Amino acid sequence: MSYHVVVIGAGSTGAAVAHDLALRGFRVTVVERGEVASGTSGRNHCLLHSGGRYAMRDPESARECIEENMILRRIMPEALELNDGLFVALDEQDLSFKERFLAACEECGIPAREIPVKQALALEPHLNPHILAAVQVPDGVFEPFRFCLSFLATAKHNGATVLTYTEVVDFVFQGRTVVGVRVRDRRTGEERVIGGDIVVNAAGPWSGKIAAMAGVDVPVVPTAGVMISVGRRWNRMVINRLNMPGDGDIIVPQRRTAIIGTTSWRVEDPDFIPIPEDHVRLLLDRAERFIPGYTRGGIRGVFAVARPLVGRRGVAADGRELSRTFECFDHAVDGVEGFVTITGGKMTTARAMAEKAVDVVCAKLGLEIPCRTREVPLLSYRAFF
Amino acid sequence: MPTWQLRLLRGRPGSSPRLETYRVELPAEAYLIDAVEKIWAEQDRSLLFRHACHHASCGACGVRVNGRERLMCITPLREFSPDGVIQVEPLRHFPWLGDLLVDVSPMMRRMAEVGFAIIRRDELTADRPLPEGIEQITRFEDCIECGLCLSACPVMAADEAYLGPATLAAIERMLAEPRGGDTARLLTLADDPHGAWRCHSAMECTAVCPSNVDPASAIGRLRRRLIVEKLRRWIGGGR
Ligand SMILES: Cc1cc2nc3c(=O)[nH]c(=O)nc-3n(C[C@H](O)[C@H](O)[C@H](O)COP(=O)(O)OP(=O)(O)OC[C@H]3O[C@@H](n4cnc5c(N)ncnc54)[C@H](O)[C@@H]3O)c2cc1C
Ligand code: SF4
Ligand code: FES
Repeated sequence: MSYHVVVIGAGSTGAAVAHDLALRGFRVTVVERGEVASGTSGRNHCLLHSGGRYAMRDPESARECIEENMILRRIMPEALELNDGLFVALDEQDLSFKERFLAACEECGIPAREIPVKQALALEPHLNPHILAAVQVPDGVFEPFRFCLSFLATAKHNGATVLTYTEVVDFVFQGRTVVGVRVRDRRTGEERVIGGDIVVNAAGPWSGKIAAMAGVDVPVVPTAGVMISVGRRWNRMVINRLNMPGDGDIIVPQRRTAIIGTTSWRVEDPDFIPIPEDHVRLLLDRAERFIPGYTRGGIRGVFAVARPLVGRRGVAADGRELSRTFECFDHAVDGVEGFVTITGGKMTTARAMAEKAVDVVCAKLGLEIPCRTREVPLLSYRAFF
Repeated sequence: MPTWQLRLLRGRPGSSPRLETYRVELPAEAYLIDAVEKIWAEQDRSLLFRHACHHASCGACGVRVNGRERLMCITPLREFSPDGVIQVEPLRHFPWLGDLLVDVSPMMRRMAEVGFAIIRRDELTADRPLPEGIEQITRFEDCIECGLCLSACPVMAADEAYLGPATLAAIERMLAEPRGGDTARLLTLADDPHGAWRCHSAMECTAVCPSNVDPASAIGRLRRRLIVEKLRRWIGGGR
């Protein structure tokens, strides 16, 4: 088989798509305008979701998360810290969710077990001593850059080409069929055309802009969030608030640091996101409730990035209400052939997103090639270099 | 909102680099990476720089700020005065690709030779035993492979083949907790004229490391280990 697929974007989605395509025998070229993971993927909260966060409100996302979480543990050991997570009740209102939460986790296949408060405090001595309940789940922490590099290293090993600092500036059409992209090499300033049988748009919160270049509408809503990392690792496990998903309700430990996040607001342009001061205050306030003294040891970094949430066409939303699951659009339905968009989802579900996108690519080309990314272990991220 | 003055090294291989000044408006709570990203977003889309995590965990954004190796993402603007100039240049001792961008692959290949270390214990377990049920806990190795130590190291400047502080620290880390790894191979790698013996303890690596690795001390421990190994072989009548 000698079909060539161009993938736009080297975030977690594009990286996983490239890997899946290469494994199924496609020729693959990834074009990324910056460094690998310089978009949303590099800068997120680094939580390998168990699905617990979504169990009550969005069971479909929750099931995807736990399934992918278990797969990634097998295939991507070098980018994951397997330290579990705790959902803790800080007040009576949180506590009232406990039975529902446990039932929802069970329903979604998430191994969750309540542990005595005393044991939780022994495990997490810096946690607010007044917590009322604690439930342990298989959350983890990932290293986002290495996460993407592992997929790309393996894709390269299987023949894919990865072009960083290469920006898509236009599409090339034959009639109503996309037959390639025009790219600008940011190092030389030169432009050239890269031909492809199919072009996959995996540009995250920019996928709407990319689709617009091809004259189609993708209802992606860039929804930003702020995170704050501090100079001390206060918690072993990921600490989540036992409640409906909200702002500032997760503290992710990473190396010797801890990160509180996130918030949620809609942005027009994800290229540069100014950080709202009130979000910083809100996060620090919330962190203090989980871990009194959170900022002792100093603030290390404050950062924001935009989620590529999939909206309903024409429906406005502030973000938290949009589902965290993903969508694959075959733009043949918009009258444009040879062009597919895969967006939404989470870093945790990147592999599943890729499987779906490549299934669509195969179907478009009349091919039946099984996906193997569930089983094949990834190479070390260092093999990318 | 204050306006900051950044002087960035600009240019491409093949022509001589120049310093160019940019002005960018940002609150004092912002970081250098925000300033550079804003310049790219609003003033000059040809600017090349590396970044991903924005919280000192990916190691991508290393540069020299006013002559000192730093990560842009944890360099707060409030350290500087809006009247002064913040000069940003690429790391040294890596192939230069243009502007603030360098090719880190030589370092990554050396790190790959050593293998991958994960720390089994977490920070908190250092002072408290782990209760039953989570002995599987692991966490990322401290080194984020940012290359700051390589850029700051005077030996690197003199010897291109020098393994470098990060790699030597990684070898020491693996030897301390080999978990079935090939220690003989690692010892050979370190016991080389371009290895542990080349270091002359300038300590620059430890001074610039943003991630608590302390490569200088690690190299010291590695040397002691190499000497002990030699003595052992010698006493044992080995090769
Ligand atoms: C605040 C926040 C916290 C989050 N926390 C988590 C979490 O803890 N766990 C989790 O699983 N998920 C998390 N997510 C979700 C997750 O980060 C995203 O779903 C995921 O990273 C999206 O990846 P992507 O590859 O689709 O997009 P991106 O990573 O944004 O990749 C798109 C790429 O396309 C490139 N690009 C754009 N335009 C062009 C062009 N013209 N030419 C070439 N390339 C182009 C960009 O540079 C970018 O690298 C979080 C999201 C946010 C916003
Ligand atoms: S040892 Fe420190 S300075 Fe050197 S690469 Fe590792 S983290 Fe960076
Ligand atoms: S951007 Fe990751 S270390 Fe600075």
